[in-house]
This record gives sequence, C-alpha cells and structure tokens, in this order.
Amino acid sequence: MLRLSVPIRQALSRLTLPVMLMLSLGTVLVGRADQNLADHLRAGLDDVLAPAYALVTAPVVALEHGSGLVGHLFDLDAQNQALAAENAKLLQWQTVAMALEAQNDALKTALHYQPSPVPEFFSADVVADLGGVYARSVLVTLPPALARDPARLVGAVAMDGRGVAGRVVEAGDRSARVLLITDLNSRIPVSLGVHGQPALMAGANGGDPALLYWAPGQPPAEGDMVLTSAMGGAFPAGLPVGVVHYDSQNDPVVLPLADIDGLRLLRLFIYPSAEPVLEPIRPVVKPAGKPHKGH
Amino acid sequence: MARRPAGLRRNMTFWRRLDMASRHAWPAAFLLFGMLVIGLPLGLPGLAAMRPAYVMGSVFFWSLYRPASLPAPVVAGAGLLLDLLGMTPLGLWAVLLLVLQGGTLAARRRLIPQSFLLTWAVFAGFSAVISLATWGLQSALELRMLPLLPTCAQIAVAGGIYPALAALFIRAHRGPAAAELA
Repeated sequence: MLRLSVPIRQALSRLTLPVMLMLSLGTVLVGRADQNLADHLRAGLDDVLAPAYALVTAPVVALEHGSGLVGHLFDLDAQNQALAAENAKLLQWQTVAMALEAQNDALKTALHYQPSPVPEFFSADVVADLGGVYARSVLVTLPPALARDPARLVGAVAMDGRGVAGRVVEAGDRSARVLLITDLNSRIPVSLGVHGQPALMAGANGGDPALLYWAPGQPPAEGDMVLTSAMGGAFPAGLPVGVVHYDSQNDPVVLPLADIDGLRLLRLFIYPSAEPVLEPIRPVVKPAGKPHKGH
Repeated sequence: MARRPAGLRRNMTFWRRLDMASRHAWPAAFLLFGMLVIGLPLGLPGLAAMRPAYVMGSVFFWSLYRPASLPAPVVAGAGLLLDLLGMTPLGLWAVLLLVLQGGTLAARRRLIPQSFLLTWAVFAGFSAVISLATWGLQSALELRMLPLLPTCAQIAVAGGIYPALAALFIRAHRGPAAAELA
C-alpha cells in the first residue's frame, strides 16, 4: 500500500470527484465525435450480459408459461375463459383462412405467380428489456450459427408471432439489440388498407405509434390493416404491422399486432438488401477487326 | 498503515479483511446488481423510468450517509453503464450522477441532522433537477426537442420509490454495509 501523508491523501480524495467529472465530460465529447464507439461498447456489454440474462430469464419464463406478464398468474380462471372464447372464434377464422388459401392458390396458378424469395430467419430469445425513458429496445440472444458474421444481422426485421416488433440496430457475437417500433427513433414506411395508401409510422416513445404523412384528402380509415411498404428499401413489402385506430380526431395511431410489452421470442428475418447497388459503368469495348494479344 | 501496539487493535485476519471489504463494497455492488435486475423482461410498466430513478436514489443515499463506500469512480462507472443500457448519449449520465454526488456531498453537513421528510424533499428536488438536465442535454446532443412527459414520469417515479429505497438502505447501512462493525 502506498504511504502518503494525511494532507496529500485528503487532497487526493477531494480531487477524485472533479477529475472523474472532467473524464466524464471528455467521454461525452468523445462519444459525440465518434458515434461508433458507443455502439461498439454497447455491443460488447450486451455480449457479456446476454448469457447472464438468459440464465435468469429462463425460470421467469417457465413460471409465467411464456405469457409475458407475471401478473397473469393471478387471474388464471378469467384468462382460461377468455382463451376458450378466443379459440372458438379462431377455429371459425381457420376455416375462412383455409378457404382463402385455396382460392389464393387457384388465383396464383391462374396468374403464373412468381413467389418472392424466402428470407433467412432465426429465432431469438428476448432476455432483457433494456432502454431508457427515451429508448425502447430489447436484448436478444443469438444462435451460434450467426456468430461468424454478426454485422449482416444489423437491419434485420424482428417479428413476434403476429406482427413486426422492430429492427436490429446492434449485433454482437452472442446478442443483438432490437429497436422496437414504439421507440422515438423508429420510422417505418407503411401502406394502409386495401389500396395501399402510403404513410409513415413513427414511434411515440411508449404509446401506440402515430401515422404521419398520409395523403391529406384520404385519411386512413379506422380498422384499416397496416402493412410494411418497400418504399425506401429498408423493409420488404407486406409484413403485417397493426391496425389503424383513432384516439382522437385527425390523429390516427397504429395498434401493433405484436405484443410489444410482453415479447418473449422474436423471429429475425434477414432480407437481401433492396437498396440499389451502385456499380461503375465499364466502357464497352468494341470488338476489333482482328484479334490482338492480351497483356 | 503504521503498526500499533498489540491490544489497541484487533488482529487483521484474512476473514476480517474479507468481511471489511464486502461491507465496504456492499453499496456499489447492490447498485450495479439492481441496475441489471431492472432489465429483466417482467413486462411491468414504468421499468424504463425505474432504472435512472433507482440509480439516483442510491447515489444520493450513499453519498449522504456513507460516502466512502460509493467513491466517484464507481458513480462514474454506474453512469456509463446506465448510458450503455439505456441508449442515452455516452457519458451523459456519468456527468449528471457525479453532479448529483457533488451536490449531495456539499449539502451533507446540513442535511444529515434533518428529518426524513426533509431529506426526501431534497432528494425529490435534486432528482427533478438532474432529470430535467438529462432531458435538456439529451435534446441538445441529439439536436431535437424530446418530449418532456417521460422525464416528468421519471421525476415522479424517483420521488415515489425513494422511501422504499431508503427503508432498504437504512437497514443495510446498519447491517451488511456497516464497515465499522467488521
């Protein structure tokens, strides 16, 4: 142990706070100058935390049977009745869906429909609900198959069983962070209703996402289906997102299909990039009259 | 440390050293552990505002009653962890938590003899100032106005959980975190 005289030790202990304050201010400046630094640190931290969270989250999930809320344990009877009623309704819908599927197949055959390529997808466990008052994100663990090249996962679309839940914004070797559609920074081009009117779905920091930039003459109708739009190339077209709802007049919001507050398992779809690839234009070499030797 | 005559001081056995170290580290360890536990996906509402509120309450309480157990580097580290977990600009919470600690240390002598209600009111004021500063600085760093409502919720949560936190910490202060009892 270093032996210092009492006044020096006192002076040192007085200096700790200002020195740490200066260092922290420096960190703010460095983080502002280099945005990637925070992302790298965050991905590293997430990789360390994800296995621990996975270990602790597993018993919680086992306890609540994957329902997403511990509170559900207290009203099992009511929940059972609601589920039985919902199941009866869903069985009716199942027959409708089967009839529509058969009809759809017949129409596709008649049109010589070319199916769009199936994207790669992985399922990932949600192990932690990380975020602040201005950020909505969840931490997911990744299957080991992805560990070789986590970078291609950035931008992957995350869906739960029913609809789009968010996008991957950071990916490390073992974990990835999914920015939810309710986050303030989330902007998703969507198409509304059967006619596919374009609009932008903007996260409202917790509440239901708002709809912006719809055509002024044609406000979105209550109950319209909201699907992703391929506009801008960030999302593939036609993924289910939610349903239009009016909380107040002229203020449409989207009720997400995904259970945003109780996410347990997400499917991460890696779509091939739809953004245009810029390639240099090669000068066209005209075939010469006689062959000449290559160099 | 200078050697003293035997008898004035108990022997520093390994176990006693360990006991002292663990008591000394209790506040910091509990702070970090709590920050991570709040991230568990329990689906409870208001968890996002809970983490900063919990950290502010911890830093305030331990800076007030046991400042040696929560030195500035630990506070800065907790701030950085909060920034990384919560996706705020890197270093923002580190700066603000250190400011909170500095303010608490400055008010320490006058605050310690006061009643719990007054301490609570002072914490509510401090946390409101720090939360508003987070909102202002984050808006400035991201170059846009962030909504004020979540910050207000955070202020309310911070004021609301302080009595519960304090009840827990006071017991720890007299028991597992009391370094002088080792």
